[in-house]
Amino acid sequence: MALDRLFRRRRTRGGGRDVPELWLKCPSCEAQIYKKDLEASLMVCPECGHHFRLDVEARVRLLADEGSFTVTTGSVHPEDPLEFTDIESYAERLARYQQQTGRPDAIYGGTCTVGGVPTLLLAMDYAFAGGSMGSVVGEEIARGAERAAAEGRAFVIVAASGGARMQEAALSLMQMAKTTMALDRLWAERLPYVSILTDPTTGGVTASFAALADVIFAEPGALIGFAGPRVIKQTIRQDLPEGFQRSEFLLQHGMLDRVVPRAELKAELARVLGLLHPEGVPPDGA
Amino acid sequence: MALEFEQPIIELEARIRELREYADAGGVDLSDEIGLLERKLEQLQRETFGRLSRWQRVQLARAPGRPTTLDIAQHVFEDFIELHGDRAFADDPAVVAGLARFRGRSVVIVGHQKGKTTKENIHRNFGMPHPEGYRKAMRMMDLADRFGFPLISLIDTPGAYPGVSAEERGQAWVIAQSIQRMGRLGVPAIAVILGEGGSGGALAIGVGNRVLIMENAWYSVISPESCAAILWRDAAQAEQAAEALKLTARDLRELGVVDRVVPEPGGGAHRHPERAMEELARALAEELAELEPLSPEELRKDRYRRFRGMGAVRVE
Repeated sequence: MALDRLFRRRRTRGGGRDVPELWLKCPSCEAQIYKKDLEASLMVCPECGHHFRLDVEARVRLLADEGSFTVTTGSVHPEDPLEFTDIESYAERLARYQQQTGRPDAIYGGTCTVGGVPTLLLAMDYAFAGGSMGSVVGEEIARGAERAAAEGRAFVIVAASGGARMQEAALSLMQMAKTTMALDRLWAERLPYVSILTDPTTGGVTASFAALADVIFAEPGALIGFAGPRVIKQTIRQDLPEGFQRSEFLLQHGMLDRVVPRAELKAELARVLGLLHPEGVPPDGA
Repeated sequence: MALEFEQPIIELEARIRELREYADAGGVDLSDEIGLLERKLEQLQRETFGRLSRWQRVQLARAPGRPTTLDIAQHVFEDFIELHGDRAFADDPAVVAGLARFRGRSVVIVGHQKGKTTKENIHRNFGMPHPEGYRKAMRMMDLADRFGFPLISLIDTPGAYPGVSAEERGQAWVIAQSIQRMGRLGVPAIAVILGEGGSGGALAIGVGNRVLIMENAWYSVISPESCAAILWRDAAQAEQAAEALKLTARDLRELGVVDRVVPEPGGGAHRHPERAMEELARALAEELAELEPLSPEELRKDRYRRFRGMGAVRVE
């Protein structure tokens, strides 16, 4: 391994500058990683285990049983009810993100099975406006919970979000109540809800549906909290403790059930869903 | 400490007071002059308050002297008895709660509490709760539910406290739980935004069947200063951010986020708190009368419908 690392680093110094898009530098251990290798390891640094962000389609491929996924999101589009403008208009920002991601807003998902258990799986897209929750994200989550309840599916949300979307102001705040209350549809049908917190999950997303699951997983090293570290630092005017607001810190403080490395996420999710929703597993165990 | 735009009003009021004193002392009849000035004052107040910018409303919402939760507990309600503690960690002075009577019926009150002086504000943490404050609020929701009493929540916070201890004790978790608990109540719940309605820290006790707002209060996902710091990269752009956020009572009524605006007397609730509280009492009585005939299940459905419909989307 050490030799391999040395070799890899040398190779980078030679060609990294000319073709930078083929190589990535791990922000944690600073190793230069060949992009194809990183993708093959589910965007986890082969050297130190740092979890890079995973795009939503790869996330769905990781968690859904092969061939079982049907997309249900995409028909709900954002509006600009406040005609919000800061240094750029919200309408322009939306158009740019839509063009970059090819999706109407910051959420993607659909029906699938996970270890055979019928599931409604949603993933928040950090690449779209920092995964922020506006009316569309709130609506898709509420619809997702209602559909899961109606169809007897488990509900899984992979969170990745800076919080509520400022450009929808009070309406985005209301999504916290809307999503939270929609979860009660699952409670009523005794269906499981698993929340998977990934880097980062903060603000109004943590403080609503993401924190209210039957079982909460987090990926290693993810930033998770209510207020952002910069805001806290400004408020208290002190340095923050080592590892503050990281997954392991939250596990220690009793806020999560398990910190699960990405490579084991699918298997652990399938086990939990199988235990919480045994009647959902087909008799042949498919 | 008057706000700049209040200055002409305050000067005119002083002038009227002087004339009255002079008239009383000298036994002179100045009622014509005084009447003229009073009409002028009324007109000035109407004009000034009719064209306030959103940022000026935010300043009014923060003015010391506005009715706080404790003021309302003592003046709008009778027989208020404060209850303390979250039964887990501590008593949070930024949230006050208790039992009281309102026009013959028992109610449970919970609200953010700001101080009126700097010393009091430090004790109350400027109305910014820690997790124990929200756990106390949840205890009160349970109490209301168990005895079938209406829950009245009074919102006045810049936001939940952003600090190390608050994060360690699960600030996000308790806010989420409090939203959920309030949403599930089988009793009438009325939330009133008294001054500042800052983000999740406000919404945690804002899941009412009816949401009321005082005329000069604000409610949004973020304070104008923080919004400006993030989007404009300059907190000094707060005035612009306040405009963009559309966070005033009238804006929120148009967006459907609040159901009713409680009018404040001319000059604002901070200058005439008793009259503001009379208006609030009237509004609470009317709203409660509408909710009380509903069954627990109907109340839950009503709340679900209210919040499920929030937002602006286009379905294709």
